[in-house]
Amino acid sequence: MNPAADLAHSLSFAQPELLLAGFALAGAIVGAWGKDRAFGFLCLAGVAVIAGAGILAATSGPVAPVSIFQGAMVADGVGAFAKVLIALAGAATLALGADHFTATREQRFEFPLLVTLAVLGMFVMVSAQDLISLYVGVELQSLAAYVLAAWRRDDARSSEAGLKYFVLSAISSGLLLFGSSYVYGFTGSIHFDAIGAAVHEGAGGVGLIFGLVLMLCALGFKMSAAPFHMWTPDVYEGAPTPVTAFFAAAPKAAAVALMARVLYEPFAHASEQWQQVVAALAAISMVWGSLAALVQTNLKRLMAYSSIGNMGFALMGLASGTEQGPSSALLYLTLYLPATIGVFALILAMRREGAAAETIDDLAGLAQKRPWMAALFTMLLFSVAGIPPFAGFIGKLAVFTSAIDGGLMWLAIVGGVAAVVAAAYYLRLLASIWFAAPAAPLQAPSGVVMLTATAAAALTFPVLVLLLGAIEGWAETAVRMSF
Amino acid sequence: MSELLAGWPLLSIVTFLPAAGAALILLSRASLGGVNQGYDNGVKLLALLVTIVTFVASLFAFSVFDPGNPDYQLTENHPWAFGLSYAMGVDTLAMSLIMLTTFLMPLCILASWVIEKQVSSYMVLFLLLETLMIGVFCAQDIVLFYIFFEGGLIPMFILIGVWGGERRVYAAFKFFLYTLLGSLLMLVAIVVMISIAGTSNIPALTAYAAQTGFDPNLQIWLWLAFFASFAVKMPMWPVHTWLPDAHVEAPTAASVVLAAILLKMGGYGFLRFSLPMFPEASHYFKYFVFALSVIAIVWASLVAFRQLDMKKLIAYSSVAHMGFVTMGIFSGNEQGVQGAIFQMLSHGVISGALFLCVGVVYDRMHTREIAFYGGLVNRMPVYAAVFMLFTMGNVGLPGTSGFPGEILTMVGAFQVNAWVAAVAALGVIFSAAYALTLYRKVAFGVIENPKLDAITDLNAREWVTFVPLIVATLLMGLAPAYVLDFTQNSARAVVAAFAGAGP
Repeated sequence: MNPAADLAHSLSFAQPELLLAGFALAGAIVGAWGKDRAFGFLCLAGVAVIAGAGILAATSGPVAPVSIFQGAMVADGVGAFAKVLIALAGAATLALGADHFTATREQRFEFPLLVTLAVLGMFVMVSAQDLISLYVGVELQSLAAYVLAAWRRDDARSSEAGLKYFVLSAISSGLLLFGSSYVYGFTGSIHFDAIGAAVHEGAGGVGLIFGLVLMLCALGFKMSAAPFHMWTPDVYEGAPTPVTAFFAAAPKAAAVALMARVLYEPFAHASEQWQQVVAALAAISMVWGSLAALVQTNLKRLMAYSSIGNMGFALMGLASGTEQGPSSALLYLTLYLPATIGVFALILAMRREGAAAETIDDLAGLAQKRPWMAALFTMLLFSVAGIPPFAGFIGKLAVFTSAIDGGLMWLAIVGGVAAVVAAAYYLRLLASIWFAAPAAPLQAPSGVVMLTATAAAALTFPVLVLLLGAIEGWAETAVRMSF
Repeated sequence: MSELLAGWPLLSIVTFLPAAGAALILLSRASLGGVNQGYDNGVKLLALLVTIVTFVASLFAFSVFDPGNPDYQLTENHPWAFGLSYAMGVDTLAMSLIMLTTFLMPLCILASWVIEKQVSSYMVLFLLLETLMIGVFCAQDIVLFYIFFEGGLIPMFILIGVWGGERRVYAAFKFFLYTLLGSLLMLVAIVVMISIAGTSNIPALTAYAAQTGFDPNLQIWLWLAFFASFAVKMPMWPVHTWLPDAHVEAPTAASVVLAAILLKMGGYGFLRFSLPMFPEASHYFKYFVFALSVIAIVWASLVAFRQLDMKKLIAYSSVAHMGFVTMGIFSGNEQGVQGAIFQMLSHGVISGALFLCVGVVYDRMHTREIAFYGGLVNRMPVYAAVFMLFTMGNVGLPGTSGFPGEILTMVGAFQVNAWVAAVAALGVIFSAAYALTLYRKVAFGVIENPKLDAITDLNAREWVTFVPLIVATLLMGLAPAYVLDFTQNSARAVVAAFAGAGP
């Protein structure tokens, strides 16, 4: 295929990315003229565009993988699945952010554009088919994220969060490049297919594994898996809450899908080499995520450790090395992300006299003051904790099943024990909500917040009962056709 | 009647009726908004009505159910995701426990009439709890069973924590985390079983265990994982320590549900999973369970004797009575298993009634301290008579429902090992000692505490609560054959599976 025809062909499969990129560029111009008055409009349009990109990815995506941009990217089922998740998370958190920043009068028009660019970066990440597009995707997402983390320029905590995120993330990007260079050096290619073939033939040896491990460390950093998690609590706490909600949701889906791709495409034949590494990441994340959360009093820090622990569970699915491994991890994320967005929506709703209330004690007696909010909190937290009958349980069941099928019984048992420890801190929240005497009343939550939280809670149980079969089928087909 | 009901998903209706009632209360709360005395009374009435309708629905299911048929009946099966399915069905064991549940729930709501704090939340949680409890006994898919089994922790956690006594938060945490740890190990074992047998359907797993059988070495581990969950739930010595705390702090009706139904899930689990699916391992661990059982019977009886709190005393007596159940189950013969099932049902009625008896005086005096009371027979003759009956039932007096279960489990254990039965018999004597002492201290003598001068006898609502329990206790005691004939098929199936693997 000549380059021009290839470009036209590729662009037709990259409609979601084109839509996002086009909106980000056009929005910058609108913002330049309209200044911050354009905030409301750009947020609204951003939600529509991100959701539209998700719908495009879901409908236009081919079932069989199509290699595009001369093999730099791929349009396939796993990519489409992850893009839908990312778009859902991105649109929901952008809507929450628009609502929140309007209330706090921080309407700066760059916010929707940065979220869109981050989403674009993630779209590139999950369809990466060579080491260059992988790096470009990761960096595009990260650069937007640094700025978002430091969104409150005048606030020391927010600036610290941005700086910390930037410095530590830069190190991990360095590791990613360093590892990629080893992989390239020992296999002679940057394309996943060619790397896969070389690995299959036994090329590389220790040097290749060294490169792979460095890449896994960098990806572990991006998904905040312990022991590469140190940035997470500080950034979650320092960043404005809508930004934290965004960090807790969309990038996780992108990082897990990307890691699934790296492990199961180029390095599928080296699974004995990486299985122990990924299993160790999973075990450390689950254990540390649950233990460290026990002593937190700030809700956002607590949710940071919660997400570290939950990434451990998703990694447990990936570690199995079985066919169900990636689909169980994707399913885990599908069930975990809505719940976590819902929890952050409720944290956003916790405002008292115009200031954010962010500690566990601020929740005291919520069940008496705002029973519906308390009920939503209860459903969402039990879902994140993985207690049946809520969705999180099905996710845990899926990753446990993969781990046991993959011969990682010890990991499943570690996960079981970590889940009990984790339950203890979710119960601390619920104890405050239900058992404690009421604290000073919170402001009435806004409609957007309650709608998001209610929709998220609906996804944790009633809708799930009906849709789970379809979601599971989609994840499985996507993985089978793609890897 | 049975033709008319054919084709209806009766078990799903019985299971989810209370949940529908809970949704109705939520809706009413959302639409009416305001919360006042009248609304609270309406919610209580609605909850009572829902539980009664559920009981009636379970009677319909009971009338369609054929106890002579050893297969699972009233089955429903809808495929879901992951090869799991929404499968419901009952045998005689499950049916009898469902009847116990639906029978007790209206009485629990009646006993909750005194609740004044957050009434609508309380009733919603109670109804959800009923759905989850019935679901445990109906589930025919092992993961569905787990979902119901584990889901029950959530409403119970909140019920204890919000409406409980002084140390309620501690008790709620202990209850939740203790049982969760046991259950998650069971979940891992469940996944292993599904991955080996290739099915999550309980009858299919049982058939697999009977025909192919799980590897005996693996069985040991699977058995231990299930044991971790059921022993905590039961509760067996030494993992019973959550029970006295939870019982003492829980509101009366929650104590009743805990003692009467939630504890039975442990015994149900042993009968449904441990014995039929891991028969070799059950033989291997038989004496281990016997040892724990007789320790529980003797030790818990002695501890009960020293309690100063009425509820704690009854909680320890529950531990002792559950020791008879585990002893009977693992004796693995028909007398033992039948006795265990009978004891479970009887304990459900009697311990429930005893907690209600404590609730009656607690509602009036707001203390459960034994020393506070004394001479109640002078002011509350009817109450004293009712309390007397259930105390006798607790002791296992012939003529009450406590007797057949204890004697049968001991007969069953005697056939396996005479010493086990002999030590257990010792426990019967101890139980008479602590139960009668409690009764003497509370009911007999003259009133010395001036605060008791104005205490009133049972009111109409309490009458209505106790009469069905009295009838059930006497009926099961005088005509145990009705129950035993009914549960025979389930018991025989368990015994056959267990005996097949015997040495």
